[in-house]
Amino acid sequence: MTPPSYADLLALAAGGLLLAAVGIVWRRELRSMVQLLAWQGLALAALPIVEGLHQRDGALLAIGAGVVGLRMGLLPWLLGRAVGSQGMDRRESTPVLNTTASLLSVAVLTVMAFAISQPLVDLEPTAATRAVPAAFAVILIAIFVMVVRRRALSQAIGFLMLDNGIAAVAFLTTAGVPTIVELGASLDVLFAVLILGVLTGRVRHLYGDTDLDQLRELRD
Amino acid sequence: MTTLLLLPVLAPSVAAALTALLGWRPVTAWGIVLAAACELACGIILGVRGVSHPYLGPGHLLRADALSVTMLIVVGSVGVLTSWASIGYLATELDRGHTTAGGATQYGALFATFLAAVTLAVLANNLGIVWVAIEATTVATAFLVGHRRTRAALEATWKYVIICSTGISLAFLGTVLLYFASRHAGGGASALDFDVLLANAGGLDPAVTRMAAGLLLIGYGAKAGLVPFHTWLADAHSQAPAPVSGLMSGVLLAVAFASLLRVKAIVDIALGPGFLRHGLLVVGLLTLLVSSGLLVVQRDLKRMLAYSSMENMGIIAIAAAAGTQLAIAALLLHVLAHGIAKSVLFICSGQLQAAHDSTAIEEFTGIVTRSRLLGTSFAVGVFVLLGFPPFAMFASELSIARGLVDAHLAWALGLALLPMLVAFAALAHNASRILLGPADPQSRQIALPATIRGALTAGVLASVALGVSAQPLTHLFRTAATLLGGDG
Repeated sequence: MTPPSYADLLALAAGGLLLAAVGIVWRRELRSMVQLLAWQGLALAALPIVEGLHQRDGALLAIGAGVVGLRMGLLPWLLGRAVGSQGMDRRESTPVLNTTASLLSVAVLTVMAFAISQPLVDLEPTAATRAVPAAFAVILIAIFVMVVRRRALSQAIGFLMLDNGIAAVAFLTTAGVPTIVELGASLDVLFAVLILGVLTGRVRHLYGDTDLDQLRELRD
Repeated sequence: MTTLLLLPVLAPSVAAALTALLGWRPVTAWGIVLAAACELACGIILGVRGVSHPYLGPGHLLRADALSVTMLIVVGSVGVLTSWASIGYLATELDRGHTTAGGATQYGALFATFLAAVTLAVLANNLGIVWVAIEATTVATAFLVGHRRTRAALEATWKYVIICSTGISLAFLGTVLLYFASRHAGGGASALDFDVLLANAGGLDPAVTRMAAGLLLIGYGAKAGLVPFHTWLADAHSQAPAPVSGLMSGVLLAVAFASLLRVKAIVDIALGPGFLRHGLLVVGLLTLLVSSGLLVVQRDLKRMLAYSSMENMGIIAIAAAAGTQLAIAALLLHVLAHGIAKSVLFICSGQLQAAHDSTAIEEFTGIVTRSRLLGTSFAVGVFVLLGFPPFAMFASELSIARGLVDAHLAWALGLALLPMLVAFAALAHNASRILLGPADPQSRQIALPATIRGALTAGVLASVALGVSAQPLTHLFRTAATLLGGDG
């Protein structure tokens, strides 16, 4: 048996990313959704780490370590705290689509992702860009989650998943955007999640629950 | 030159830090006004010195060219008006117990942080840093929108953060794809710098650039209040404190759109002018249609002003689609005139809200007789928006129309005229009632705080001056238009 090659490891990480996204669509308990998001963060961090080992690039390894800390540790922890402070009802209560229909939609979106991302693979057919369709699938699934889920926290989870998908595209196509942009973008996401955390607290304080269906006073 | 580039970013950052440390007090409040005035001064000095050739600042991080100088003047003038008015606005809010000393400090610090972030977005020479700065404006304004802490304010904040962050994420994906294409075209590590992107634009892979351009259009369009991610706009503008609404309307939307103009200059070289032209036309016309429809049924003053901003962004998008030198120069004049007039109107709406504890249009009648300055300012602001001569929007809208005809887009002009007429009628109807309608005999005179009087007077004078003679700025606007690929 030969040890897994660089291409295998990249494909494995990209597959893990996609699998976690499917899991988030499948599960309805907020707590397990947050756990899956943490695993997705690990799969995302694997991309720059594998790339860094392959190219013997210490900077990429450091970025990988940073991604583990932020997307597997800090961000899911912040979301988990918001879930923990919720009342008894910790499930996605009123999904627009049931689980079967959701999973079927995910299958369709994944096929679409392969079609959409073809130009990227064509431009530079390497092992890394061949995994880009999986990252695009995560992006489409994240948007799908934000559309069909009604709980405020599920939307925050969808937003973070969208961000994971975009970061994966960045790592797979160009081994990450320039460091200064990467740092700034991570900081922005961190602040956005902090704000969402504070807001879910305030929503719960005023409405008793964080069902977005109740946020419909403002309309024309 | 480098000082003039660094000062506009540093001044509001220092003002934000001072406010956070010392709290909201006269010295810090005036510090923010001073920081905004400093931005305006830097913009004017840079404009007078001439920026026919782009100047790259420290480490190629910042750039001064005709577009960034124009936007710096927009940020500075709107910043001065709204930060000046904030002093009187917060004094009233504190008096009535709507906010606390801590709330006022938060307001001041976030306001100045927003100014710093938006200035960085204007001056940055790197598409990635522009993105970081624009997303930072979302972060800075989130708690400003929710400053009143009511249920409605909370709902508006939630929608604002989720919709804007998601929309702008798509712009980040577009940035990543453009970086990929630019690296492939030989851009190297600085492949996201505007000068490098422009130099390599001819070699960008068309298929990948097409995806990137579409995503950037939708993403920055979300922040600019363009369809389809426009739904946050009216909610956030109606719930935010009045000076913040003015700042968002005059600065945030315009700066997001200016980033799109930079992207357009690159994409036009890579794909030809057709691709983004069609995208901008579709998005612009739809934005006009949606906003004019909602203007007609509007019963809330601040939402009405918000939809009017959206309508103007639609006009600006169509002007950008025309892409001639005349149309782009007119677009920049339109942005400046709209920014100043909208700040004046939002500051007025804040005073009306304070006097009536409501923003329903039906509550406000005959304000000319109740406060001459408030009535005059409101009238001038509305005249600018309606495009009456001699105000600047008369000239800019005419020039945009001519630009569309020159670009063989007369059909788009025809399609745009109908919603513009509807919006005109709706705005004129509501404004004439608010200004001249019979005043309720029980309604009292409206007393304005000194800082509000100062800001309104300055805004009105600036609007008149810009209308009577935009001559000193014409050269700047034309240089910017040439820079952005405007021909003819």
